Amino acid sequence: MLGRTANGLYWMFRYIERAENSARLVDAGLRMSLTRSHLGEDNWESVLQSSGVIDIYEQRYESATSADAVDFLLRETTNPSSVLSCIEAARSNARMVRTALTRETWEAVNECYLDLKSMLARRVKAADLPEVIDAIKRKTGLIRGAFHGTMLRNDLFNFSRIGTFIERADNTARILDVKYYVLLPAVSQVGTAIDNVQWESILRSVSAHRSYGWVYEAEYKAANIADFLILNGRMPRSLAYCYDKINSNLGYLEREYGERHNAHDTSGNTLKSLRNCSIKDVMDQGLHEYIETFITQNNRLSQEISDGYRFY
Amino acid sequence: MMNADNTPRPPYATYNEWYANQDRARLIAKSKEAENIFRKTGITFAVYGHADSAEKLIPFDLIPRIISAREWRRLAQGIEQRVLALNAFLDDIYHKQEIIKAGRIPRELIEKNDAFLPQMVGMRPPGGVYTHIVGTDIVRTGEDQFYVLEDNARTPSGVSYMLENRETMMQMFPELFYQNRVQPVENYPYLLRHSLAAVAPPGCEGKPRVAVLTPGIYNSAYYEHAFLADMMGVELVEGSDLRVIDGKVRMRTTRGYEAIDVLYRRVDDDYLDPLTFKPESALGIPGIMDVYRAGNITIANAPGTGICDDKAIYSYMPEIVEFYTGRKALLENVPTWRCSEPSSLQYVLDNLADLVVKEVHGSGGYGMLVGPTASKKERALFADKLKARPSNYIAQPTLSLSTVPIMVNKGIAPRHVDLRPYVLVSDKVQIIPGGLTRVALKAGSLVVNSSQGGGTKDTWVLED
Repeated sequence: MLGRTANGLYWMFRYIERAENSARLVDAGLRMSLTRSHLGEDNWESVLQSSGVIDIYEQRYESATSADAVDFLLRETTNPSSVLSCIEAARSNARMVRTALTRETWEAVNECYLDLKSMLARRVKAADLPEVIDAIKRKTGLIRGAFHGTMLRNDLFNFSRIGTFIERADNTARILDVKYYVLLPAVSQVGTAIDNVQWESILRSVSAHRSYGWVYEAEYKAANIADFLILNGRMPRSLAYCYDKINSNLGYLEREYGERHNAHDTSGNTLKSLRNCSIKDVMDQGLHEYIETFITQNNRLSQEISDGYRFY
Repeated sequence: MMNADNTPRPPYATYNEWYANQDRARLIAKSKEAENIFRKTGITFAVYGHADSAEKLIPFDLIPRIISAREWRRLAQGIEQRVLALNAFLDDIYHKQEIIKAGRIPRELIEKNDAFLPQMVGMRPPGGVYTHIVGTDIVRTGEDQFYVLEDNARTPSGVSYMLENRETMMQMFPELFYQNRVQPVENYPYLLRHSLAAVAPPGCEGKPRVAVLTPGIYNSAYYEHAFLADMMGVELVEGSDLRVIDGKVRMRTTRGYEAIDVLYRRVDDDYLDPLTFKPESALGIPGIMDVYRAGNITIANAPGTGICDDKAIYSYMPEIVEFYTGRKALLENVPTWRCSEPSSLQYVLDNLADLVVKEVHGSGGYGMLVGPTASKKERALFADKLKARPSNYIAQPTLSLSTVPIMVNKGIAPRHVDLRPYVLVSDKVQIIPGGLTRVALKAGSLVVNSSQGGGTKDTWVLED
């Protein structure tokens, strides 16, 4: 397959993942402002930070009101991570790699784009937000479904999956990076109302507030939340899960091509460290430092994949 | 569709009976459904110069245009003769130029023509084929009267519409295909791939590797490029994917550079090789012409084929066909005045209201004047342009084109159509039974180009 095609697939799936992530952050933010109205601007500032777009936001707006922040995250075209920007970029990449996609996958992307473009053509009224966010999740879900149901399990599939999980790992790590301090033992007073609010917000941003309850018996503890998002191999948005997937997909490529790149070592080492350490180790090393290092490594891996497989 | 006495013409008889029993509301709903299929599939084209409408749908009319087997055989013979003549002409023009020596075509018409590529002189493409894919534009004016409007021997587009139109019709009205025996078109991509592979360079080892070269996603016909590559099961490449290494054109894959033997290019000559043609072209592949001249790649269609479908050359087609095939042309040319000739120019200026005037190198219906429907002022303005650069124009009479019915708000109404059958040339000539029917959607209009608001129809060639 062409290097450019691998690149297009990789980014198409990164953008789809990012669109979903932005929608999820809006969802969590809305939920928080509904139930914890006293949080006000702080709430939306931290949402914008998690999305990594607070700087661009502040160039346009003076304060982080709910309406402006939501609009910025959903439809602002100068915000490269807004849902609309991501869907447009995903569709443009899909058009470029049209021949690599099954008809079903392409049509799901195209319909997602056409529908969301018209839904997000103007500011969404507060009353319509639940419906719009639901539509974003559903439409991107249809892409994933069509992709899984119809694509050959070959190198095309592997590059798509790697894009998905590199982006997802980045998203989860960013959310942790913004909120790490509420998970530090020194700061958190176990079980206070404030902590509960912050922790719930983190879990909601990764759609994990329910599954957390099942796994940790509904006991909110900072270390457990960190463990869930970083090390738990069954949690589909945890760093460990993402790297398990990245590593196995890179492994398929290695076997199919009979060629090993730097990316394989980087990914293998990251996975090993995620598997072999405990949350106590992470906390001892320093949660903040751990996450920062992870984000840097993740970016490096992305570059190594791009170089190794001749994306450009 | 109808005879003068208002009975259906024979090929339409079965369809007509079906149509009479249709519920109009259902047909309108089907028409909407077709539009949705096209939008969902992304079968769009771009109109240059419209900032907002980056991607548009071509309107699809669901009443098929139907051609009998007998009518088709006549047409196909004429097309085959013409396509063989075009290839013979190209070979001659780039080698011995016998036709010029014989005084049948003026030398300056060739050598001063922008479409003539000096780089192709003495160059014989693999298999001796110059124009591998041809889309001959044909109009009908009477029961047995067909005219060729244009030969389209460079990179004819629209074949994806032929295929998608058929696909859509079969999805929406399967019963019609039980009742009528319609010759298939859906094997076109398969035939195209084999046709391209058959003219691979002689030194090609193993199975020839074919690729489609596109200018990219912003090109107006990008959908078609992706569609054809996908249906043929070959890579869709851009200039930036390709590089000349060790005397072969190679594409950058995830495993390194791999050779290409046959390139079906949908990029114009000028942009093909910045070392040979436009130096600023970012769409092309530096050095591909050297590989081509060394016989290590097949480029389809060959560079320089534009010299045979140039509108100035067109008027000589009857002579060209006769010169190379030794027989009179089976398909007629539309009478054409070359404005470069003073007496013709005068005639054209005197009769502007009755003529269609076209730019010699134009395409897509741009820059032309349709005399009978133009205003006085438009004609006067055009006359000035004509006088300023006569050699840039040719003129033709407006033909009384045949009409076929389309669905309109109040039932059905007749509209003018043309037909573009697609022809594949390798060691043999294959003509796909059917083609693209383009239809003028405005009553009375003769302009069928999609860029000017024309639509399309499925085209049926019936079996005997």
